[in-house]
Amino acid sequence: MRFLLKDNILIPEKNKEYALPISQIQTIPQPSLNPNFPYNPDLQLLLSGKQLLLDDLPFPLDEIQTHYENGYITYRKGIEYSRNKPVCSRCGNKTENWFGQFPCSRCGEICLYCRKCLMMGRISACTPLIGWNGPTPEHHLPNRILEWKGQLSLGQQSASNRVVETVNNMKELLVWAVCGAGKTEVLFAGIESALVAKKRVCIATPRTDVVLELTPRLKAAFPEINVASLYGGSEDRHLYAPLTIATTHQLLRFYQAFDTVILDEVDAFPYTVEESLQYAAAQARKPESAMIYLTATPNEKWQRECRTGKRAFTTIPARFHRYPLPVPHFNWCGNWQKELKKDKLPANILNWIKARLENNKQALLFFPHIRLMEKALPGLRKLAPDIEAVHAEDPDRKEKVQKMRNKDIPLLLTTTILERGVTFPNIDVAVIGAEDDIFTECALVQIAGRAGRSKDFPRGIVTFFHYGKTEAMLKARKQIIGMNQEGVRKGLIDE
Amino acid sequence: MNLFHQAQCLICHEIIQPLMGWRAIFSEEKELIICPTCEGKFEKIQGEKCRICSRLFQFLDERFRHGDLCHDCERWEKDPEWKGYLDSNHSIFIYNDFFKEVMAKFKYRGDYVLAKIFVQSIKEFLWKTTPDLLVPIPLSNERLYERGFNQAEAVLIESGLTPTIPLTRIHSEKQSKKSRLERIHIPQVFQVDHQIEIIGKNILLLDDIYTTGSTLRHAAKLLKESGAERVQSLTLAR
Ligand SMILES: [Zn+2]
Ligand SMILES: [Zn+2]
Ligand SMILES: [Zn+2]
Ligand SMILES: [Zn+2]
Repeated sequence: MRFLLKDNILIPEKNKEYALPISQIQTIPQPSLNPNFPYNPDLQLLLSGKQLLLDDLPFPLDEIQTHYENGYITYRKGIEYSRNKPVCSRCGNKTENWFGQFPCSRCGEICLYCRKCLMMGRISACTPLIGWNGPTPEHHLPNRILEWKGQLSLGQQSASNRVVETVNNMKELLVWAVCGAGKTEVLFAGIESALVAKKRVCIATPRTDVVLELTPRLKAAFPEINVASLYGGSEDRHLYAPLTIATTHQLLRFYQAFDTVILDEVDAFPYTVEESLQYAAAQARKPESAMIYLTATPNEKWQRECRTGKRAFTTIPARFHRYPLPVPHFNWCGNWQKELKKDKLPANILNWIKARLENNKQALLFFPHIRLMEKALPGLRKLAPDIEAVHAEDPDRKEKVQKMRNKDIPLLLTTTILERGVTFPNIDVAVIGAEDDIFTECALVQIAGRAGRSKDFPRGIVTFFHYGKTEAMLKARKQIIGMNQEGVRKGLIDE
Repeated sequence: MNLFHQAQCLICHEIIQPLMGWRAIFSEEKELIICPTCEGKFEKIQGEKCRICSRLFQFLDERFRHGDLCHDCERWEKDPEWKGYLDSNHSIFIYNDFFKEVMAKFKYRGDYVLAKIFVQSIKEFLWKTTPDLLVPIPLSNERLYERGFNQAEAVLIESGLTPTIPLTRIHSEKQSKKSRLERIHIPQVFQVDHQIEIIGKNILLLDDIYTTGSTLRHAAKLLKESGAERVQSLTLAR
């Protein structure tokens, strides 16, 4: 579309002679707020803290424009130019080959568009991003906010205190909690404290599964609070709520919305590789706000920043059940890929598997690649026909995980897809080919963290079968041992 | 910044590994657009097919085949009101799940650059036939504004060809839920612009997907009634 700049106001105008695509208008004037204007409260609810496209708004352009003219709505350029280079205002993309261009029927020009965030609706050089500039909606507080009656462990309690402090002081904090520490409960007091202060809170996590798992838990802990649960295709898309749980992707629709952002699994794909998601998280928080990062396995840079005092952090070095984390054993297994070509597996791997099958102990077997995993499957099925294999694009993934939970499967082969998130109460874990590059320090710590999760079965065996030890393996083991030592030192482990 | 130019697959965004060995020599000047994995997911329509609409007989029950025509075309051609307007339709790909996904991104999400994927196939088709006019099936004005571009026109432009626009859409596209009978009996879907020379011309219509063929037949009928000599169509998939 095109805008005409007249009397220091933008006016939508089709005439090509006078009007320009928004990105070609130097500065976008913002009319001052008219306190007597009867603004539309539905529009307020929809737009507060958001940045949306006109196509997302079920309101006529006239109404949007009047709100703009009275200072209640902002127009931003969908694509900004910084030193003649385009930058997408929504996702921060500035990589040349992530832009495309097309003869646009809306502005009648060759229009540049962002391919990076296309799935959230196309932003092009003539697209205005619509935001809210009026008062934010009031939320009324119930008498009791947090209804959770559980007990925090000693380790959780001290982390919880740090979270509350950070939320109140609008600071940043990394919560480094081992797999199985119970990090969700650690957030409750902080969230309550924010809500009491009428602050808006968002928990963002890379995966939809986690949003779906967290939503009922938070609704149960805060039964009187409106909770918006956002993921691709969710119904709460337009719900304004004091507490929002969203995939990191969904943050792209927000703009200076939250007083507290809690970023879960900051070490996990795709957050780590997608700069646009890091940009989205930064855009979604208010200029003055608190940021809590959660992870079980911070990357090397963050670990270094923690050690050198450049990053505020707190650890929960021990699990809720007060047993140490299982420390991985390293077993050299020779050139296992060569064996596999001959449809064989090294003897020590085979013995490990047979021992589990004989003792009816369930196990997860991690493989570096689908191809290798599928090559190994037929041979292993000769030992037990019910053995299954699962990978990222497996359409039966959910069913297989459920069958494993029901103990219908003795052994589940998997790629790194099951490295986090899923828990089975009583399993042993093996990595076949731990030397592969895909098994980073972080991945290996997560994988080891699958074992010994339940208080009834706190000890699982973790074995890394390898054809040469790697730095990542050594660091992963060091990290686990370090956490156990810290847990003992702080009195969070009983042995 | 990359020192070496690394082409990214337009569909999956993976870096395209350059071809090894002798194949590389022949594809040197060919711009790398999609990766071999994505390319492998497109299925070309090959085999014995309906003379008019390109429907593959191998997936069709014998009962729905009448000589070299499929059941649908046979019905159209039996109807004196529709007989002989659409001379033939050529479809390039099978409308499989992958194609559906790519088309949704191209057409509905509006990822215009995906038009490039089809350039090679369009060019190859035009080696065999040389129409006078290339006519994309038009969108209504509302739909065109909403999408920002016409997908059929985009493919022609990206192929370096010049589309001619003698048709305008006067009836909206919202007809996918209507029955065949209703679709056929819509009085007028298109209007013809008489400023453009059509008489005696050999016309190639372009559309993205061949579903029932009724849109193409409406266009073909109007063009032939306006004096076109021959009307064929090219669709990306069916
Ligand atoms: Zn435009
Ligand atoms: Zn973008
Ligand atoms: Zn690809
Ligand atoms: Zn046919």
